[in-house]
Amino acid sequence: MVKKIRLPLTDEVIKELKAGDDVLLSGVVYVARDAAHKRMIEALELGKPLPFDIKGQTIYYMGPSPARQGQVIGSAGPTTSRHMDSYSPRLLAEGLKGMIGKGVRSPVVKGAIEQYNAVYFAVVGGAGALASHKIKKSEVIAYEELGAEAVRCLEVKDFPVRVINDAYGGDLYQEGKARYRID
Amino acid sequence: MREIDAKEITRTVSRLFQEACHYLPEDVLNALKQARQAEESPIGREVLDSILKNADISAREQIPLCQDTGDAVVFLELGQDAHIVGGDLYSAINEGVRHGYTRGYLRKSMVSRPFSARVNTKDNTPAIIYTDIVPGDSLRIVAKPKGGGAENVFRQTMLSPAQGRQGVLDFVVNAVDEAGSNACPPVIVGVGIGGTVEKTIMLGKRALLRKVGEPSPDTETAELEREILERVNKLGIGPMGYGGRITALAVHIEVFPAHIASLPVAVNLECHSCRHKEAIL
Repeated sequence: MVKKIRLPLTDEVIKELKAGDDVLLSGVVYVARDAAHKRMIEALELGKPLPFDIKGQTIYYMGPSPARQGQVIGSAGPTTSRHMDSYSPRLLAEGLKGMIGKGVRSPVVKGAIEQYNAVYFAVVGGAGALASHKIKKSEVIAYEELGAEAVRCLEVKDFPVRVINDAYGGDLYQEGKARYRID
Repeated sequence: MREIDAKEITRTVSRLFQEACHYLPEDVLNALKQARQAEESPIGREVLDSILKNADISAREQIPLCQDTGDAVVFLELGQDAHIVGGDLYSAINEGVRHGYTRGYLRKSMVSRPFSARVNTKDNTPAIIYTDIVPGDSLRIVAKPKGGGAENVFRQTMLSPAQGRQGVLDFVVNAVDEAGSNACPPVIVGVGIGGTVEKTIMLGKRALLRKVGEPSPDTETAELEREILERVNKLGIGPMGYGGRITALAVHIEVFPAHIASLPVAVNLECHSCRHKEAIL
């Protein structure tokens, strides 16, 4: 059963999500990866505002390839989320609710997901052409000089994600592996 | 002595990287289709469907298969009777990378000063070039965009010779297990055994250039490949790590003699988007 979710995420919607759920997201998603995260955390440490109001928002860990004429965005699949692990707890504390990427999160991030009632989704990695079809608008809103690593605001429609870590400590990577492992 | 024009090399490198980033090789596509048949996990099958659909969109609409269009790795086999004219070889290759990554709307992912400022070089140069001198008068160029996700989970060790075959087997299986979802499975496992520290790494990387699933011509090595693949596919990681039977599409091992004191092993994983393209000038 596919769950269709309208962004931004609410606490009620997050409480209904379970690891393994198949979800289609529609609405606004912010894009930031390694270098943009570093800058956002530096801004917070200096008491400066973030490039967007993070409360209730969802961040997609992605650095697209350049768009051709007539395309909204180029290839737009996820990057490995682990690179953001040292930054994510701070952003969750600031009100971030959703993260989209691929790959395992650290125990600290998983703990913060539970603590702040948040959710971590994954997109199929290496399928950036497919993902680009679900992105209807893309605008660079900060750190333009970072090129592919700039902060973007996307509007997505039925963007296909899978719940990896839910707010109850569920973890699809662990559960899926345990289900199919042969000892 | 045969002459090869540097401009021809530039044009070829540009074309190869653009093609590699938009068209999956036939052997990779076939391996993915077979995996789709064999996978028992419904979520795993959905992932494989997405990957196959992606390959179709990429080729039709000229959107790169993956936004990570990689470091530009180039393997050269230069015939000793060939003569490069009209410019120097490595500059010609870097010019090809610059042109191909710009012209092909590929992502520029190289940063200079990697441990500090990390400034994007803006044209994906410098290419990472390896050259072998071989008999003949032609130049074989293999363009291999290498994404960061799978590269980051590289593993190498110097086993004690006493650990032998079992030691190699356990190390490789464990490397794939630790990489888990980060390497974008189903992966292709490139293994180097023997040589020195740097030689074994190169063997593991070159093993990824073999046609997917083509066994080693050496029977003993082919048997080890089969056994590792069987164990890897019992790990349960599955497509994208969501759980399933197909964690790896293939295991390729390249072997070289080693020092009496050493048993070096390197594991280089390649994501399912196993991109490479070659030409002979």
